[in-house]
Amino acid sequence: MPRSQFTLDELRTVLREAAGTDEGVDLDGDIIDVSFDALGYESLALLETASRIERDHGISLDEEALVAAKTPRELIDLVNAHLAAA
Amino acid sequence: MTTATWVTGLAVAAPTGLTVEEYWAATLAGRSAIGPVTRFDASSYPARLAGEITGFAAEEHLPSRLLPQTDRMTQLALAGSDWAFANAGVDPAQLPEFDIGVITASHSGGFEFGQNELRALWSKGGRYVSAYQSFAWFYAVNSGQISIRHGLRGPSSVVVSDQAGGLDAVAQARRQIRKGTPMVISGAVDASLCPWGWVAQLTSGRLSTRDDPGRAYLPFDDDAAGHVPGEGGALLVLESAEHARTRGAGRVYGEIAGYAATTDPRRGSGREPTLRNAIEGALADAGVEPADIGAVFADAAAVPELDRVEAEAIAKVFGPSAVPVTAPKTMTGRLYSGAAPLDLAAAFLALRDGVIPPTINIRPSRRYDLDLVTGAPRAAPLRCVLVVARGHGGLNSAMVVRAVDRPAPPNR
Amino acid sequence: MSGGHVRRPVITGVGVTAPGGVGVKEFWKLLTDGRTATRRISFFDPSPFRSQVAAEADLDAELSGLTPQETRRMDRAAQFAVVTAREAVADSGLDFAGLPPHRTGVTVGSAVGATMGLDQEYRTVSDGGRLELVDHTYAVPHLYNYMVPSSFATEVAWAVGAEGPATVVSTGCTSGLDAIGYAADLIREGSADVVVAGATDAPISPITLACFDAIKATTPRNDDPEHASRPFDATRNGFVLGEGAAMFVLEDLDGARARGATIYAEVAGFATRSNAFHMTGLRPDGREMAEAIRVALDAARLAPEDIDYINAHGSGTKQNDRHETAAFKRSLGEHAYRTPVSSIKSMIGHSLGAIGSIEVAASILAMTHDVVPPTANLHHPDPECDLDYVPLTAREQRVDAVLSVGSGFGGFQSAIVLADPERSGA
Repeated sequence: MPRSQFTLDELRTVLREAAGTDEGVDLDGDIIDVSFDALGYESLALLETASRIERDHGISLDEEALVAAKTPRELIDLVNAHLAAA
Repeated sequence: MTTATWVTGLAVAAPTGLTVEEYWAATLAGRSAIGPVTRFDASSYPARLAGEITGFAAEEHLPSRLLPQTDRMTQLALAGSDWAFANAGVDPAQLPEFDIGVITASHSGGFEFGQNELRALWSKGGRYVSAYQSFAWFYAVNSGQISIRHGLRGPSSVVVSDQAGGLDAVAQARRQIRKGTPMVISGAVDASLCPWGWVAQLTSGRLSTRDDPGRAYLPFDDDAAGHVPGEGGALLVLESAEHARTRGAGRVYGEIAGYAATTDPRRGSGREPTLRNAIEGALADAGVEPADIGAVFADAAAVPELDRVEAEAIAKVFGPSAVPVTAPKTMTGRLYSGAAPLDLAAAFLALRDGVIPPTINIRPSRRYDLDLVTGAPRAAPLRCVLVVARGHGGLNSAMVVRAVDRPAPPNR
Repeated sequence: MSGGHVRRPVITGVGVTAPGGVGVKEFWKLLTDGRTATRRISFFDPSPFRSQVAAEADLDAELSGLTPQETRRMDRAAQFAVVTAREAVADSGLDFAGLPPHRTGVTVGSAVGATMGLDQEYRTVSDGGRLELVDHTYAVPHLYNYMVPSSFATEVAWAVGAEGPATVVSTGCTSGLDAIGYAADLIREGSADVVVAGATDAPISPITLACFDAIKATTPRNDDPEHASRPFDATRNGFVLGEGAAMFVLEDLDGARARGATIYAEVAGFATRSNAFHMTGLRPDGREMAEAIRVALDAARLAPEDIDYINAHGSGTKQNDRHETAAFKRSLGEHAYRTPVSSIKSMIGHSLGAIGSIEVAASILAMTHDVVPPTANLHHPDPECDLDYVPLTAREQRVDAVLSVGSGFGGFQSAIVLADPERSGA
């Protein structure tokens, strides 16, 4: 059975729950290649976000790769790579 | 000569009001906020009443980025810090970065946040514990978050002295002002109204198990049977007199004039309790005589033995029924480390308006030689007020606040 | 108090309960030998956790003189505080029974209070997390004392017969420095003549492991526990949790001299500042810690050149070690490069609120013995950390004045200056 893909919409939901939204940021906008930094998410917010994704999908993200993921696209690709390998 | 420490801003987060004036109007009117616990189902517990804050929606006051990482008491404290600076007419960003500190008291940290993470840990496993747990529950969180929110880089601290802590924090803030920091925001906001907090509080043996809100928390009454817990507190902007004068502070509520703290010997040691020493120490520190004190805001434990000790200490220092005594916390319940800062706020408002708020619901016991202000507020020309706060294990703190006479502000 | 007399707080008694040995003697031997007390966690099965190493203290409550009643009602952190306070009191040679009780105060630092007790009790009253409405009938009678850690201060006050001001200072990982700064103020302002002060923490518990796992702050070097804490080393990858306490007797210099007390050091300067930046993060420039150091040196009336040794926070996280290295350079200038800096966390781990006081104990013992303790496990210098970190081996040298610093969650940055009132120009 093929694994479901992790999508930008899913990421938006997790980000909102895990870390809220910075004032002045439109999370529903075209954010796929905007850096998390510019979106107002620092390391703690991303750790909480990643932790929720890991729990929801039963995966364990590579720690160094997680730190290297600087945009929603990079994080989504990382999650999907893990899902495909799982 | 050490500088005087003035209070130039107040914020209140009380079950009876979320603004200073709303709280004060309710307090003078004797309006109680004690009622059945609504935040969780308390029906299976022996105590079922609380002083809850209603009408505080954190998302209306704070950015959504802060909500997942904060306990309710931190959300209240952060909003309170905004109100306190606004009340003082201060924009912290306009002061040099190391000129403002933040010193709060804590009772049990973000206990509800901790409860939820402990539950995640034990029901689902360590991977379900939040990345924010490392600080959201701990005792230092309110000082840290307030510092970040307002860019305060001055000396900051946190004290834990159970319910006496609110006064200890303000005293520590005064120390920093005396050492040269122009401004410190201080006080405490507490909230642990959750099942885990409730069960922990029950073990103190001091919670009232009555169901009638009018008969549950009755300090200095023959029917005293413990207290009702509440949530909230107050934050105060403390400022050196010179700094307040120089910036032309719009309001000066009064001065933190005297303070002392003591610790009781262990029960059964045969030694006397030490509350009297704390009161006398605070008066001496303020350089005032007992006759100068116009009112006492009592700790008001509503545990007969503790009421007796407090009543005797007050009677010994001031003489039998020689000073008006009140406990407006009968309207809010006991707010743990938030209680004493809220009493300080009430004391400053009493100084301002020349009126002592009442203690509600009680019929004063004849066993105590106290002049309790009951039923209605009492008009009185006040210059100095004493606030007493006590913590579990025998912690006693006492603070004298004093009115400040100011020349008419220059026209601006 | 006589007008004009300046009261100077000095340390005249010390007690330590640390991983690797209970008591000051064992503690100092471990440090100067450069041995490590970090190991795989033995208190419970750590295998579900990312980080499974810690520095555990081997406290035998009964041997340490606690009564069964004391052991039952006190969380482990309170036990540490009481046992260690008794050692400090005995060491001071001060007859506490002969002191006016209301002139003796207590200040106890603790970052996380009775975490261990709370963790265990939550598990019980929630039936292993199953009950949202936890069951009060299963609660231990002293649960309130776990909830509110000022119980640590009252326990110490009762143990030493103090009836003056008592409180707990809880500023995260700077608690152990801040508690001593607080106590020094009580002496200086005349609120107390003697203060029993220090700090304690006993955080090695599943909830603590889980919360530091979640932010990847603790090291995952589970295959080599003895060499897991690597401050300033290029291979460092997080701190190792520790536990313990250090307590001191503080009094006024004149009184101490009058009774012929052994004076370890004067608490010559202390300051704390906040970074107002992030609850867990540090800016790399170390500005606020540098400011705290500058103010503490001013208070001590010492110049950077007077500092003989820096006892670093040195937690072994990437960001911390870089941050404080910058802070030392910013505050001490060129002298930072000439001053030995070491982190005893390399040997005894990071006991959160307690460590600041334990590091003060190490600092005053360095002054007493004229020996600088080393930074263990430092084999691969990090180009970002380019000071003299005293790798591996203790160093004999004259130590008259020490700077010790701490950095805590919540943004607290503290600095304390300890100086020999006889030998230095203070």
